[in-house]
Amino acid sequence: MRWYVVAIYVFLYLPIALIVVFSFNAGRYAMDWQGFSTEWYFKAFANPFAMKALRTSLVVALWTAVLATMLGTLAALGLERMQGWPRRAFDALIYVAIMVPGVVIGIATLIAFVTVFDAVNPFLAGLFGDAAPQLAMGLPTIIGAHVLFNLAVVILIVRARFAGLDRSLIEASEDLYATPFGTFRQVVLPMIFPAILASFLLSFTFSFEDFIIAFFVSGPDSTLPIYIFSSIRRGITPEVNAIGTVVLAASLSLLVIAQFLLRDRNARRPAPDKAA
Amino acid sequence: MPASSLANGPSAPARDGRGPILAFRRVSKFFGEIGAARDISLEVRPGEFLSFLGPSGCGKTTALRMIAGFEQPTGGDVFLDGERVNDIPAHRRPVNMVFQSYALFPHLNVARNVAYGLLQRSPRPSRVEIDRRVGAVLDLVRLGGFGHRRIWEMSGGQQQRVALARALVNEPKVLLLDEPLAALDRKLRRDMQVELQNLQRRIGITFILVTHDQEEALSMSDRVCIMREGRIVQIGSPTDLYDRPASRYVAGFVGKSNFLEGTIVTASPECAEVKLASGVRIAAARFGEAMRLAPGDRVTVAVRPEQVLLMRQRDALPADIAVGCESHVLNRIFLGEHTEYVLRSDALGEFAALAPRQSERAEKPFQPGEIVTAGFRAEAALVLGSD
Repeated sequence: MRWYVVAIYVFLYLPIALIVVFSFNAGRYAMDWQGFSTEWYFKAFANPFAMKALRTSLVVALWTAVLATMLGTLAALGLERMQGWPRRAFDALIYVAIMVPGVVIGIATLIAFVTVFDAVNPFLAGLFGDAAPQLAMGLPTIIGAHVLFNLAVVILIVRARFAGLDRSLIEASEDLYATPFGTFRQVVLPMIFPAILASFLLSFTFSFEDFIIAFFVSGPDSTLPIYIFSSIRRGITPEVNAIGTVVLAASLSLLVIAQFLLRDRNARRPAPDKAA
Repeated sequence: MPASSLANGPSAPARDGRGPILAFRRVSKFFGEIGAARDISLEVRPGEFLSFLGPSGCGKTTALRMIAGFEQPTGGDVFLDGERVNDIPAHRRPVNMVFQSYALFPHLNVARNVAYGLLQRSPRPSRVEIDRRVGAVLDLVRLGGFGHRRIWEMSGGQQQRVALARALVNEPKVLLLDEPLAALDRKLRRDMQVELQNLQRRIGITFILVTHDQEEALSMSDRVCIMREGRIVQIGSPTDLYDRPASRYVAGFVGKSNFLEGTIVTASPECAEVKLASGVRIAAARFGEAMRLAPGDRVTVAVRPEQVLLMRQRDALPADIAVGCESHVLNRIFLGEHTEYVLRSDALGEFAALAPRQSERAEKPFQPGEIVTAGFRAEAALVLGSD
């Protein structure tokens, strides 16, 4: 490797490596190495605020992954059947949704939620009086905003797999008396299932580690990234490093599994030789 | 006229079990402006082995896909066992297809692939019944004991037989084969041709094969349907097509032919005298479409290379030879069981002759540069309309 390649890797990964290393620091201050210890991990897991934020993040990520995967898969299958300009328009919009900066999505969804709530809440109050439910920022709004940007990711992944699906398999299933739904259940779904599972893991990861969008729409609930952000204002402690390392390990594992599911499965199969 | 009114009309084939198992009535299929099938009419008897033969883009695959239900005709009617099936979707037609790419389900093992069609039945057959039928059909295609294998563990030839088993286990009224042997190497293809033909004779299911390989079509089929630009050009037994081609196109597509251009001078019912471009007059056989031709009409005379006899001495030719002419040997191509000669004569121009190995043993092979006498019998020269 050339020296500048090494330099780039060092620049990219040294800070991350430092966080991992100093999460095992026995000392009180983040950048002052006092010896190896795992006590900050125990402290982090004993911290009720950190654990509440972790639970919030897990709930948000799980719901986001479930909803985005379900809706995204259905949208991908629907888009496959579309023709002409509506399809091109949707294709373009999907890429836009991925490229729009998180700040913009955060502001836009915040304004949208506030506008809708301001319009709906007086109506609910009029309907139910004092006992009326109030729509407000919280878990559902974070999940909604996260589903929004993960939808595009799911659609792209599932569609790539679906486009690579051999059309003659679908015809073969029809030819063998399977109804359209039977073909979907027995051929299409098993074939695109790795992509669906990968999209689930990716949207879980993206939602779990998102700070920017959640920061705008979280309301009183804080997710783990928001908790970390607010706690470092009181100084970077090894406890924050420990939490960061756990999040990193979990995210990386999920990404590796997703990558494993998405790779070309035929690559490891021996090509059938022509002779019997 | 609404097409559905034809369902039980006079044009519907009888459904007494002895009528055609498959019928096309003036079937057309247009993709936009492009006619993939134009006015095809056809009847297939139960138990027949029929091939659609033609170059790519001739409409043979479209015809097959209309039987399977993957394409809907834009005109005309398709009947399966006397029932009009135009509006019946693929999954409710009693036919099964062997795909060119085999289209085996990669996420299922061999036995589950073969059982797929049976599992869609309602009511679903019992586990025991399914296992029995899958086992029997795997034995039939000589894959007994391979049920637990994954698809990608099988060779090309084995995958081909799995695809065949997956279709046959359903006992379809018609089995459709879309270039099933195209992906196999030459030797394996010959073996599978024999195997397919034996299988078809044994189980008696109607087979419809699509191929661009004339040897495959001729060697396996009871009848061959030659297609060109969406139309049926000729339909008949392999020997019919070879010995009595309806047109120059068929004579050129099925086997090889020497084509001689000329004009009819005199015509009797069976025979015509044709004046060739060189001025030489030859006697040639007339039949079929060519019966309509009259003196003065421009025609093509086709002569199969193996019908051309070559002799060193002119008087060694049989007495009933119609044409005998001095020819230069231009080239000699050794093909194993045959030797092909390319010759040129004033009377016939450049032409090819095929000599079997035995006759070559008796007489020394001709060498390029040698002058020989070439001739053929009148019945070997076929008068065809110039198309």
